[in-house]
Amino acid sequence: MATAQQTDNVKQDTSAAGCRVPYRVFTDRQYYEREQENIFKGECWSFVGLEAEVPQAGDFKSTFVGETPVILTRDSDGGVHVVVNRCAHRGALVCREMRGNRASLECVYHQWAYDLKGNLIGVPFRRGLKGQGGMPGDFDMSQHNLRQLRTESVGGLVFASFSETVESCRDFLGPIVVEQIERIMCKPITVLGDQRQRIHGNWKLYAENTRDPYHASLLHLFHNTFGLYRSTQTGKALMDASKRHSLLYSIAASNDDAADKQAYGDSRTFDTEFKLQDMSLLKGRQEFDDNITLVILAVYPNLVLQQIQNTLAVRQTVTYGPDEFELVWTHFGYQDDDEEMQAIRLKQTNLIGPAGLISMEDGEAVEIVQNAIVGEERATSYIAMGGGRAEDADHLVTEGAIIGFWDNYREMVGFDLEPT
Amino acid sequence: MGLPSLEQMQLQHVAAQLNALHAELIDDDRLEEWPDLFEEKCRYSVISAENHNRSLNLAAVFCDSRGMLVDRIVSLRRANIFPAHAYRHILGPTRVVSSNEQIVSAQTNYVVLMTRNDGQTSIYNSGKYIDEIDFSGDVPRFVSKTAIFDTHLIDTMMVRPI
Repeated sequence: MATAQQTDNVKQDTSAAGCRVPYRVFTDRQYYEREQENIFKGECWSFVGLEAEVPQAGDFKSTFVGETPVILTRDSDGGVHVVVNRCAHRGALVCREMRGNRASLECVYHQWAYDLKGNLIGVPFRRGLKGQGGMPGDFDMSQHNLRQLRTESVGGLVFASFSETVESCRDFLGPIVVEQIERIMCKPITVLGDQRQRIHGNWKLYAENTRDPYHASLLHLFHNTFGLYRSTQTGKALMDASKRHSLLYSIAASNDDAADKQAYGDSRTFDTEFKLQDMSLLKGRQEFDDNITLVILAVYPNLVLQQIQNTLAVRQTVTYGPDEFELVWTHFGYQDDDEEMQAIRLKQTNLIGPAGLISMEDGEAVEIVQNAIVGEERATSYIAMGGGRAEDADHLVTEGAIIGFWDNYREMVGFDLEPT
Repeated sequence: MGLPSLEQMQLQHVAAQLNALHAELIDDDRLEEWPDLFEEKCRYSVISAENHNRSLNLAAVFCDSRGMLVDRIVSLRRANIFPAHAYRHILGPTRVVSSNEQIVSAQTNYVVLMTRNDGQTSIYNSGKYIDEIDFSGDVPRFVSKTAIFDTHLIDTMMVRPI
């Protein structure tokens, strides 16, 4: 339990130089439960999938908002919908497959059937059998639909919200995020496949990791040694007006190997002796006129949209308690990719995902924090690189966007929940 | 199906032995020797059944040269940061699917157990290998090895070959 003095320190330090986050927010179940209510079921939009995952009428995909199972569907009018995957009768999963195509959603338990918007359309034995049984006379089908979430698509990314009062999704994202989504989703995409990894740590450690341009060249040797990303690159760390989302981008063409080597000195991750036998892994194409080669767009609370070289992917966070989350990577290319481009994307996938020569290391970064803070009630982290405030930076030596995340978190959940 | 010919038995033996050696080199951390089990021009991929069954090619690991296999091992040794762990492969019987004068195609079920630093062992990855083995040279080598894994939820990371 935090003492009063400790609590004061937390507030003081956050408003002055540096941000301090109490480690208990990563380990204590009451924070996790409050997050489910206030963030994932609260005044937020969560990412649930790509429209390209459900292209045809009747297509569906099972996924999650936070820990709540939901279904993303495409109806016969072409609209996408998100409903809670829980029968209105006695709570069974209506959809037990990961994905598929169906004319309607039918619960196997008692065959209650719903249309693709989640409206109840069939109840077996509703009027009884042979004059016996049946639902009460005042049973009103329209009052027993699946829980329907507000659903909005932005550039083919589908978001859903439990809240009736939250602003529109576009407003929630803000112009910077919308512009970046539209930059990558600039033409029809094709899904290349999924990857899933279970990370034994708190989901917010990954939210920090993806708002952190400071670590990227110090943890990841591939980024640094091969110049895919360096903090010396031309790039920016920007936030939306609310500072809950984060955009990191950089331009590899700005590398100056000699000067960069000097800047990094003896850093483990700038290893000029490290060579690849087969450099085809790093051969790509310039795809965007702006020369930007790395974009990590971290969208509060559960999405990363990324471009690393020619790899394009969304990463969705699914929570499984305070000390475990799943990261679902859905990789895509464009429908007009030629054969060579398809091959480039498949080969560069070696860089990202759970087996990615870069991305695998973020799983370990999360777990070594989680393992070190177990049972810690009072201590805090200290986040101050770049000045210690939630401010944009026209460089990559900053942790400002992490602080932006925590400012929003403190508002929605708080750092000082009283033990129940 | 009558009794196998001597040649069929020999091919089955070659494929099973090569798979056993493949598992042994990985499990015993003799990873530097592992790429030598492959032809210079080869394909090695580790792909989820979730993707493979949808005819999607996106693999967790995809190498199309022996050089890329070497690069994976050098990266593991020198570049990558990951939790300390060891593998133990348990292989099922190898079945020869087809063969010609040079190539034998075979498949083998496998389970990979992972033991982390804390001493706990878990089922890390289960699936099947689909192999093409060139047995025409001095020693048999993989032309192609595909590990199709059922365990599409990867525990933290994948850095060692499957």
